[in-house]
Amino acid sequence: MIRRHLPVLITLAVFIVGYLICLAQFPSFASTRVVGNLLTDNAFLGIAAVGMTFVILSGGIDLSVGSVIAFTGVFLAVAIEQYGVNPYLAFILVLGIAATFGAGMGFLIHTFQIPAFIVTLAGMFLARGLCFVLTTDSIPINAPVYGEIGGIALALPGGGRLTFIAIVMLVTVAAGIVLTHFTRFGTNVYALGGNKTSAELMGIPVGSTTIQIYMLSSSLAALAGIVFSFYTSAGYSLAATGVELDTIAAVVIGGTLLTGGYGTIVGTLVGVLIQGLIQTYITFEGTLSSWWTKIAIGALLFAFIVLQRGLSAASLRSR
Amino acid sequence: MQPRKERSELLAIRGLTKGFPGVLALDHVDFTLQAGEIHGLLGENGAGKSTLIKVLTGVFKRDAGTVSLDGHQIAARDPADALSLGIGTVYQEVNLLPNLSVAENLFIGRQPHRFGLVRTGEMRRRASELLAGYGLSIDVANPLGSYSVAVQQIVAIARAVDLSAKVLILDEPTASLDAREVETLFGILRVLKSRGIGIVFVTHFLDQVYAVCDRITVLRNGRLVGSRPIVELPRIELVSMMLGRELAEEALHRNQRPAVNGEPLVAFKNYGKRRYLEPFDLSIRAGEVVGLAGLLGSGRTETAKLVFGAERAETGQAFVDGKPVRIASPRDGARLRFGFTPEERKTEGIVAELSVRENIILALQAQRGWLHKIPKSKQDEIANRFVKLLDIRTPDVEKPIGLLSGGNQQKALLARWLATEPRFLILDEPTRGIDVGAHAEIIRLIERLCEDGLALLVVSSELDEIASYSDRVVVLRDRRHVRELSGPEVNPDTIMTTIASH
Repeated sequence: MIRRHLPVLITLAVFIVGYLICLAQFPSFASTRVVGNLLTDNAFLGIAAVGMTFVILSGGIDLSVGSVIAFTGVFLAVAIEQYGVNPYLAFILVLGIAATFGAGMGFLIHTFQIPAFIVTLAGMFLARGLCFVLTTDSIPINAPVYGEIGGIALALPGGGRLTFIAIVMLVTVAAGIVLTHFTRFGTNVYALGGNKTSAELMGIPVGSTTIQIYMLSSSLAALAGIVFSFYTSAGYSLAATGVELDTIAAVVIGGTLLTGGYGTIVGTLVGVLIQGLIQTYITFEGTLSSWWTKIAIGALLFAFIVLQRGLSAASLRSR
Repeated sequence: MQPRKERSELLAIRGLTKGFPGVLALDHVDFTLQAGEIHGLLGENGAGKSTLIKVLTGVFKRDAGTVSLDGHQIAARDPADALSLGIGTVYQEVNLLPNLSVAENLFIGRQPHRFGLVRTGEMRRRASELLAGYGLSIDVANPLGSYSVAVQQIVAIARAVDLSAKVLILDEPTASLDAREVETLFGILRVLKSRGIGIVFVTHFLDQVYAVCDRITVLRNGRLVGSRPIVELPRIELVSMMLGRELAEEALHRNQRPAVNGEPLVAFKNYGKRRYLEPFDLSIRAGEVVGLAGLLGSGRTETAKLVFGAERAETGQAFVDGKPVRIASPRDGARLRFGFTPEERKTEGIVAELSVRENIILALQAQRGWLHKIPKSKQDEIANRFVKLLDIRTPDVEKPIGLLSGGNQQKALLARWLATEPRFLILDEPTRGIDVGAHAEIIRLIERLCEDGLALLVVSSELDEIASYSDRVVVLRDRRHVRELSGPEVNPDTIMTTIASH
């Protein structure tokens, strides 16, 4: 039991140790304000990472996430500001577009047995290109809905605020946990990542599951895009570049095996929070360049991958 | 104790034929399985056992013939379809999902659920109940991969039977089990048998066949040799059905070579590897051919691989010219001027896309290191010399080797090692899948190499063949060297009796 959850426990330990270090240096880390901001600032990353967890659990990868986030922002800005579309309708539209887009990638991956890497790489370029077709400018979104929703927040004791977008992220994580562990779809996702041939032999609907996985990932990327547009109140074609890599890093640091089959959504959340923690520390520290975040993430990622290799080798030996 | 009063034909295969390019894997094979019987399916490598199973379970499409289950004609599209028709298969490599829990493996795709959510507690309760029926009480919430292969196999059987299997096919289920686990498995098979399930049991362990089977069907080279109740089939007869005598008479005149004397060229003392091959002693002199005989899985190929360094020995010591040497990798073997042509010619031997020339110079080039490229003219010369010497039939040496016939591929593989001027050659099934004419040529070649002073270790399942060129024959059984035959003992009958005795 302990060994099974070892990767997640290690991730959690890293987070706690990191938090204590921050706390020792900057006592204000204990305030709910910092915690609330940590969740708000990383809400879009967390939502996209939940989708990515499903993809990686199934043994795939989705490189189009960042582009879909950017596309969502640009689409919303253009639709709401230039064409006067009702924001709620725009949300539904963009979620639908993204779901179709993801389903299309899943279809290609399954039907033609093309590596997910290539298909989603093409998807990445396609979505990013579509942003520029819509507009090359950064368009601010001034719709009143944005102000209203942005104002919603739960007051935390101690002056912090749990914003609406942080709540959306936490709800997404909760839904992801239920979906992975308590539905047939979740089991099928793990089955695909465990051994696709066996899964097929056992009569698992590999095709439809694959399509659903990429549909889910793109839809959550669009949701992350909506959240991101609340966060920045703008749509910009060059936004969220490389976010797909941040989400992959979060998923892997969260203890999900890059080859699929093993991992949890909870771990991914902790992985996202570790990234956020490092970012916050560097902001507090004040003298370090923000690129140190990337360096720290890189080192962590490397350590975790080595750790996973070691663990899986050890479990093979013990058999 | 024979409860089968009324004979009910459960599965009937008639005239099943399946060909692959260049080889007829199944040639009008008949097979009948009764309800409530355990039916052993036996044969050497390439006999057609796996093809038969794969056609039955829908992995391959058959060319001709009929399959009927309970009197209805069936044609499975794929293994999942076969399972829904009532034919479940459990492979040696369990085809379940090690990362999912035992309960999920048993119930995936049909988990009990309410409001779209899986009722995990209910599923685990049912899984525990199901496995209790097989005498297995384990925590079904743990991942399948955390349990032994034996447990995984029982889970796979339980799953197949629970999915309404009438026919259960077990493909080499005991290969990685220990004796106690095998006994547990057999207990389960007997219970299933009493419930009227028909079981096809593929194995190469004769003891197990006699322990559990009611009837035996033997295939050889894609053809049915015979099908008989176990009580009417003594061991020696079963072995002779499996091995057969396929070789044309003229290929078999035995060269009466004088006994070879002198110090051994290579010697192995107490050489072995845990769970792979029991430690053995073996020594071969220059100019001597030692044959390795035994059934499939007896340890023939394992011996060849250990000796060459393709597998690393854990115990014992190897000697060349009386001096101790270390053979931990094929590179070590090649450096000591050993050569090895593997049994799996297509996957472990030839590089099909490369030309005959490139295949021939491969070992020599590797030996010299990649920085010292053999000049093209020299390569041509070597390749052409061996093409002529071994009579490799190819229009030119630039033809991709994959396009040549099996016999010519085998000769090119021999040439690959001969080019390195080896002192010790290990040939694993050098005549498998080769037509009769080329067969005799390879045998001539082996004899000629021996006369040239090479030491040879040859694996073969053709008893006549192995008796014709070997000075001594080592007989293997259950991954152990059981006896070494020499002099007049080297004849097909003695070899066969030694293999069959226990």
